Amino acid sequence: MEELEAESIEIIREAVANARNPVMLYSIGKDSSTLLQLARKAYHPAPPPFPLLHVDTTWKFRDMYVHRERMARESGMRLLVHVNEEGLREGVSPVTHGSSYHTDVMKTVALKQALDKHGFDVIFGGARRDEEKSRAKERIFSFRSQGHRWDPKNQRPELWNLYNTRLKPGETMRVFPISNWTELDVWQYIRRESIPIVPLYFAKERPVVKRGTQWIMVDDERLPLEPGEKPQMRKVRFRTLGCYPLSAAIESGADTLDAIIEETISARRSEREGRLIDSDQPGSMEKKKQEGYF
Amino acid sequence: MIGRLLFDSKSLHEDQLAALEKDSRQYGTQGDRMDYALLLDGLQAEREQGITIDVAYRFFATARRRFVVADTPGHEQYTRNMATGASTADAAVLLVDARKGLLPQTRRHSRIVDMMGVKAVALVVNKMDLVGYDRAVFDRIVAEYREFAAGLGFTTVEAMPVSALEGDNVARRSERMPWHTGPALIEWLETVAPRAGDADAAFRMPVQLVHRPSPDFRGFAGRVASGRIRVGDAVRVVPSGVMTRVKAILRGFHAPTACEARESVTLTLADEVDVSRGDVLAAADDPPQAADQFEARLLWMDEHAMVAGRSYFLKLHAKEVSATVTAIKYREDIATGAHLAARSLEMNEIGVVNISTSHPVVFEPYAKSRTLGGFILIDKLTLRTVGAGMIDFALRRSANIHWQAVDVDKQARAQSMHQQPRCIWFTGLSGSGKSTLANLLEKRLHAQGRHTYLLDGDNVRHGLNRDLGFTEADRVENIRRVAEVAKLMVDAGLIVIVSFISPFRAERRIARGLFEAGEFVEVYVDTPIEECEKRDPKGLYAKARRGQLTNFTGIDSRYEPPENPEVRVGTVGVSPESAVDCVIAWLEQRSR
Ligand SMILES: Nc1nc2c(ncn2[C@@H]2O[C@H](COP(=O)(O)OP(=O)(O)O)[C@@H](O)[C@H]2O)c(=O)[nH]1
Repeated sequence: MEELEAESIEIIREAVANARNPVMLYSIGKDSSTLLQLARKAYHPAPPPFPLLHVDTTWKFRDMYVHRERMARESGMRLLVHVNEEGLREGVSPVTHGSSYHTDVMKTVALKQALDKHGFDVIFGGARRDEEKSRAKERIFSFRSQGHRWDPKNQRPELWNLYNTRLKPGETMRVFPISNWTELDVWQYIRRESIPIVPLYFAKERPVVKRGTQWIMVDDERLPLEPGEKPQMRKVRFRTLGCYPLSAAIESGADTLDAIIEETISARRSEREGRLIDSDQPGSMEKKKQEGYF
Repeated sequence: MIGRLLFDSKSLHEDQLAALEKDSRQYGTQGDRMDYALLLDGLQAEREQGITIDVAYRFFATARRRFVVADTPGHEQYTRNMATGASTADAAVLLVDARKGLLPQTRRHSRIVDMMGVKAVALVVNKMDLVGYDRAVFDRIVAEYREFAAGLGFTTVEAMPVSALEGDNVARRSERMPWHTGPALIEWLETVAPRAGDADAAFRMPVQLVHRPSPDFRGFAGRVASGRIRVGDAVRVVPSGVMTRVKAILRGFHAPTACEARESVTLTLADEVDVSRGDVLAAADDPPQAADQFEARLLWMDEHAMVAGRSYFLKLHAKEVSATVTAIKYREDIATGAHLAARSLEMNEIGVVNISTSHPVVFEPYAKSRTLGGFILIDKLTLRTVGAGMIDFALRRSANIHWQAVDVDKQARAQSMHQQPRCIWFTGLSGSGKSTLANLLEKRLHAQGRHTYLLDGDNVRHGLNRDLGFTEADRVENIRRVAEVAKLMVDAGLIVIVSFISPFRAERRIARGLFEAGEFVEVYVDTPIEECEKRDPKGLYAKARRGQLTNFTGIDSRYEPPENPEVRVGTVGVSPESAVDCVIAWLEQRSR
């Protein structure tokens, strides 16, 4: 754990050392929370010298918005929120347009808009290599050519802890300081550091409906119920918090960090399974990344 | 094999297993059985082509320990990938197929991990099921390997007979091979000591960042490379040599009284000393050296070959400088270890070279410290990471050569000549008109009473550079020498006119870098190639077209036009006089 923390802090400092205009993507979930904690530790006693950016699909759970405001306040960092206004005007929603189109417009496109608008060159993200197959080959400093494109064949070798952070105008770098962490590491760190997280990670009786094999939470009236569907109360929690209703809940009794860690150790399913977007099409994460998804 | 490791250490989830089953049916090479290799081939492009193009990082844990697996497949790019994976590894697992025995690639891979400083090796003789779990087969392979490995720097070589398919000796010792008394692979991995040794060495911390958020806080942030330090201990700033004490240590939100190797910390110091990113804070009584010339092992990783004399960015811990390879001592054949003569290094080749840097860098031999001895080279134009190096030692020369300070300096000489010394550098295709213009310019300057000298490509190639040809490496050296000569002449107070094709941007940039701001005037003689070929004053284009001249600029060797020349002159429909007028006008505008 010490080793992971020290490595992540080293990466954050290294990325900032040569950056013109760095930013940290903040998606409110547990990985972002971990990343934020690491950044704060890297720059203590001052706040980190970069803002937080939340690309808001407007489809986050209500609890997440509350948490976002709290963390911005506590960290003393500037919080930028970007929404793809065009998408919003067209009424793009995961319910009516499907998960893949919604993610593309409200996340991938929106992220590019935000990066271009502010001219960020170094962008921190909380992705981990253990999340998904194509991530296992992702660099810690992931080079993006103009237009934010990721070309798996054109990535820079990373030897030792030496990172080539040089960029030409228009090129950007996505930096993943917690690349080498696993889901379990993240939970253990959250416990060790008492990092505040969104309550949805803890099991609680919540109104849910069953769709396919998955439990979808009825957070508010944004989720239209299908004919005959009736929310029922179940003790559920989330392993990963993407967009509502794209993230499915799991039935669980884990209502403390200890219980979550216990459950993670014995888990028979990987966390990304709860994300509907990954299973859309084979190689779908790889494709999204090439297009600029985080 | 790694798939099996993940499986046996229960690091796979149900849905991953389900996906694996599906993938095995679709792309698998094991018939109806699970093809564990598919677990690791992450990218769809790879799966379709059945190749693996990169290092993949995987994680698993046992009750005792957490592991990161750098999976580096042995295809074309293996040297680069394997070196990348090995650069951070504590142990290497070398796989040998029991039916095939040691292959040249086993030796290659061993040499690479040895070069990267890995000390513990597991020799896994796999597919024992296919040789009937025969002990004699195993013993023979192991004996052969031990003999070979004795010549390398490993401290531990543990051999184990394995069937990854059946799981023998992976997580548990195999009942089918009771004759094997050593550990199973996972058992062994649990006992390998992580590279801890660093904690007992002398204290060194490369400064990543000077942290100055407010006037009353000035901290130096970095990751401790080796040793430990306490509040109150004396430290030295290298290379300046200034000494001070540690006032406080910050690790995250805490302020411990001591810290040690591998921790990321921020130190504050007792005195207001000068420290910048790339300096090293070190134990006061045992500081590392700084030098600007080294011998190093260099692994080349770019499609564009390494050329001696060309300037690259070098990054060593947090220090970034310009560097050139001044000599390739030899290339090493990775299969046999033999030393071969070489003038350049191609992708995946390894050489022992001399490197010279623009500023001194603080270092330690790689054998002593990976952090202070490992560096990368970055191409200045493409910005790609093109080389990885490991410092052996500083060249004595660099420690002892100091610039001889002279009393009569450039300014004094220039004043007595009543002129501003300059280097006017003509670049352009052969036949573009460089020589004509350069010649005319010199005549005009001379008439004005200026002290000049003209360095012409043809003339220099007959004397100073007569040992050079037209390969890329020779062209680079050609320009380097001429630039150095021009520099001495500028130092003598002269206006030097250089007329060289000088086709590559990188070399012209190096030439420019030798001069002070404003001294170097790049004149691009911009004549279209069709026109040059039509003129063909020396009949060279015709020859090149007939294939009697190779490496001819514009035909089968590239010309990179300047991006921002000081002066650009055309020669089509323009008289040489008026072209030279442009240059003179530029000079007059900027003369003091
Ligand atoms: N084989 C070969 N000879 C060349 C080439 N370029 C120039 N030369 C010869 O070398 C002479 C000197 O070349 P250089 O100093 O590079 O440039 P120049 O003075 O502008 O022609 C030329 O005049 C030719 O005789 C080339 O690309 N290949």
